Amino acid sequence: MTEQQALYKYCLRMGDDALIHSYRLSEWCSNAPILEEDLALTNFALDMIGRAQAMLDYAGKTEGKGRTSDDLAYRRKEREFYNHLIVELPNGDFAYTMARILFVGVFEYYFFSELCHSADATLAAIAAKTVKEVKYHMTHAIDWTLRLGDGTDESNSRMQKAVNELWMYTGELFETDEAAAILEDKNIAVDMGMIRTKWKEDINRILTEAKLSLPDDGYNQTGGSNGVHTENLGHILSEMQYLQRAYPEAIW
Amino acid sequence: MATDSQLAMWEVFMQSKPGANYIHAGSVHASDKQMALQNARDTYTRRGEGTSIWVVPSDAIVASNPDDSEMFFDPANDKTYRIPTFYVMPEGAKAI
Repeated sequence: MTEQQALYKYCLRMGDDALIHSYRLSEWCSNAPILEEDLALTNFALDMIGRAQAMLDYAGKTEGKGRTSDDLAYRRKEREFYNHLIVELPNGDFAYTMARILFVGVFEYYFFSELCHSADATLAAIAAKTVKEVKYHMTHAIDWTLRLGDGTDESNSRMQKAVNELWMYTGELFETDEAAAILEDKNIAVDMGMIRTKWKEDINRILTEAKLSLPDDGYNQTGGSNGVHTENLGHILSEMQYLQRAYPEAIW
Repeated sequence: MATDSQLAMWEVFMQSKPGANYIHAGSVHASDKQMALQNARDTYTRRGEGTSIWVVPSDAIVASNPDDSEMFFDPANDKTYRIPTFYVMPEGAKAI
């Protein structure tokens, strides 16, 4: 794998995470428990769409075959998506959606804080913008975790169930693939070991404060980096890509 | 009035730029201070309208009663000497 190919894949991975998580959050539009939360979740989705566009644009430029962010979003097959599995899982209930924003948000906060120092100026610039957004997503999710965990018996049990079910998808966030290893040597990619330590400390502290128990580490799901996904991604793409597949070149 | 089941009401005041007055933007529902601030941010600042937000519990606001409006506001109407333009500027006066 050349450095160029590595950078292409690294960008796709970050872009796909943002695109697919955004898709899931936009499904809350008109379905959130209260209007204000409806706006919050769809705002997050819009933040992520912006990040996806920037990352996929840069992936297309890096690839050098003239593909735009739209081409990459709407014309790739399931096996060519590299997002982490956690972002493609169905929303579940509100606690489940919040637990996912918490796990992914804390990870992304540390990840993009580090990526701000990347030797690649474009990635550093996108990271600087993104870190402000994900800090807010993370804060919002932490507050809800505390409220639900330390709330009623019902809210506590739902939050605990969400944490338990998502736990086996969190290990994949810290995986390093061949592309990341090549870029890490060039100081372009982020060192995952340090991020994992910080993530674990924060999540431990937040869950404890929220009167939730930290699940035991066991088997971790994996596959996103090789384009091997849960059955959920295919359903997302069939809806998301429908228009471009049925009416290629259609414009607004 | 229908019972509102969506948490407590908070009034939102926004400052459009540093030093400007805080202006009432609307209201949001929330169960605590942090949620009120975040909901206000998500509801009213999505297009970069503000630099700072205040949220105040709606029931902490004391409002005048419309029935008292004559007592409160009418007496000022017929006393034009309360208004600076009532006074004629002396010709040639500079340091006023």
